[in-house]
Amino acid sequence: MADVKKIATRESYGNALKELGAAHEDVIVFDADLSNATKTNTFQKAYPDRHFNCGIAEGNMMAVAAGAASMGLVPFASSFAMFAAGRAFEQVRNSIGYPHLNVKIGATHGGISVGEDGASHQCCEDFALMRSIPGMVVMSPADDVETRAMVKAAYEHEGPVYMRFGRSAVPVIHDEANYSFEIGKGEVLRDGADVAVIANGLLVAEALEAADTLAEQGISVRVINMATIKPLDEELVLKAAKECGKIVTAEEHSVIGGLGEAVCAAVAESGVPCKVKRIGVNDEFGHSGPAAALLKQFGLSAEHIAETVKYLMAFSAD
Amino acid sequence: MTNEEKKQLQIAACKVRMGVIESVYAAKAGHPGGSLSAADMFAYLYFKELNIDPADPKNPDRDRFVLSKGHTAPGLYAALTNRGFFPVEDLKTLRQIGSYLQGHPNMNTVPGVDMSTGSLGQGISAACGMALAAKHMGKTCRVYTLLGDGEIEEGEVWEALMFAHHYKLDNLCVIIDNNGLQIDGPTKVVMDSGSIPDKLAAFGFEVAEIDGHSFDQMEAAFARARETKGLPFAIVMHTTKGKGVSYMENQVGWHGKAPNDGEYEQAMGELRAQLAGLEAE
Repeated sequence: MADVKKIATRESYGNALKELGAAHEDVIVFDADLSNATKTNTFQKAYPDRHFNCGIAEGNMMAVAAGAASMGLVPFASSFAMFAAGRAFEQVRNSIGYPHLNVKIGATHGGISVGEDGASHQCCEDFALMRSIPGMVVMSPADDVETRAMVKAAYEHEGPVYMRFGRSAVPVIHDEANYSFEIGKGEVLRDGADVAVIANGLLVAEALEAADTLAEQGISVRVINMATIKPLDEELVLKAAKECGKIVTAEEHSVIGGLGEAVCAAVAESGVPCKVKRIGVNDEFGHSGPAAALLKQFGLSAEHIAETVKYLMAFSAD
Repeated sequence: MTNEEKKQLQIAACKVRMGVIESVYAAKAGHPGGSLSAADMFAYLYFKELNIDPADPKNPDRDRFVLSKGHTAPGLYAALTNRGFFPVEDLKTLRQIGSYLQGHPNMNTVPGVDMSTGSLGQGISAACGMALAAKHMGKTCRVYTLLGDGEIEEGEVWEALMFAHHYKLDNLCVIIDNNGLQIDGPTKVVMDSGSIPDKLAAFGFEVAEIDGHSFDQMEAAFARARETKGLPFAIVMHTTKGKGVSYMENQVGWHGKAPNDGEYEQAMGELRAQLAGLEAE
């Protein structure tokens, strides 16, 4: 993938906010002293009178955003995933989720690829936390094209939305000219019949790479980009379960409470015979190190996806 | 304020107190103590201060009120119903299955409720967001929020106070019901907050300290609040928890429990006598 363009989805988020701000006067942005890292400063530079720094007070920021939404504005509130979903969970639950207010949470620095900052900042629990709130849409885009479309879709959606973006640059896998995004719809990036890999975030590019490797070995892998974790595209999951009979999920999140568990629940309750193997962070904390090295170490890689697909291939369909 | 106007507010406050007792008695649960300490403030807000219209509860230019101490919903509900937002008989459905009168205020079910609250410390933040948005949108409406003196132990309250000062929210009025008691006991014993007015002043607020059962002092404080430009305004009101029902006054045990049959009769008897006295004046 040497000449593939790479851009971090947080960077795309900042650009998307700026585009959105140009089109819609009611878009305002809140940040908690991380504007340079969350990239809301891109919006701030263009629309300084619509960007409000809340200081290092994420709980207050979320309820402030709720109040602003109740007045008819469309606030995007941003911080690192750890603080947006973690620190401010209860404000998100009670002041945004319960009244179903129109707040969009743009959480950056999700997952282990935060890297050098270490475990305190590597949030691998945000999907689980946000999924548990009734009415909350939970999404994590795979690349630049998807991020910009997702931010627009979040604006158009009436109600609370949580979006998780990454710190590290990721390859652009979508062709913008032929791309459309819909909340709650997964996307088959590559068709295949032996095993389906359902991934989101930076694991989507890894899944495509694994599918390439496996194709050379005669294994046909279906790659599904599941950018919306909630509401889950159960139809697409069950189609994969029926047609492939084997599913690998891959996400930069704990194996507890994220995409993997959502897929497991959909499959288990459907009665469709299908074996599922989850790839994620295995109920442990991360640590400091370069993002690429950490992703390999924690098994969030094309290699590990390929190994897991082969592991599932060893099980017979019946 | 004319004597007649004051009398009408006293009557309204007495009816708020009766609504609190009626609803909490019917629910067999709820928070009478802090509802009664703030009953005079609820009456003043809904019958004099707030620019609101029960016939048009969602008017985008109305004043907003956020009950940050959401557990005193019975007081808010009683004020709303007496002001004509919903039928008074519905008060008796408080906390029942199927009722829109939830244990803590729900903005999506109760006409006139501007923000869902109940988790302490969050209402003041939402009020800050409303005040900021109102300024940003060029609205002239004002935002009021009522907190308990136990509630200010939440760190988020101080985050919100900093925010209000930083963004010069002079359309915001923060009211603190300083009745001195919280569930576990006197605030000074549970967690002594020291001088609340001094702390608010240190956070950049213009502060008025008043008797929370005096309509004259409320009138003066709110007039000052409206005249204050460039700074947020706070009213610290000294009140008596359980005010108006003799056996509940200053009794921490009445923070969050319902009266039994005998206690209900006594409370209502006292309040009916107060009301009759006012109406006979």
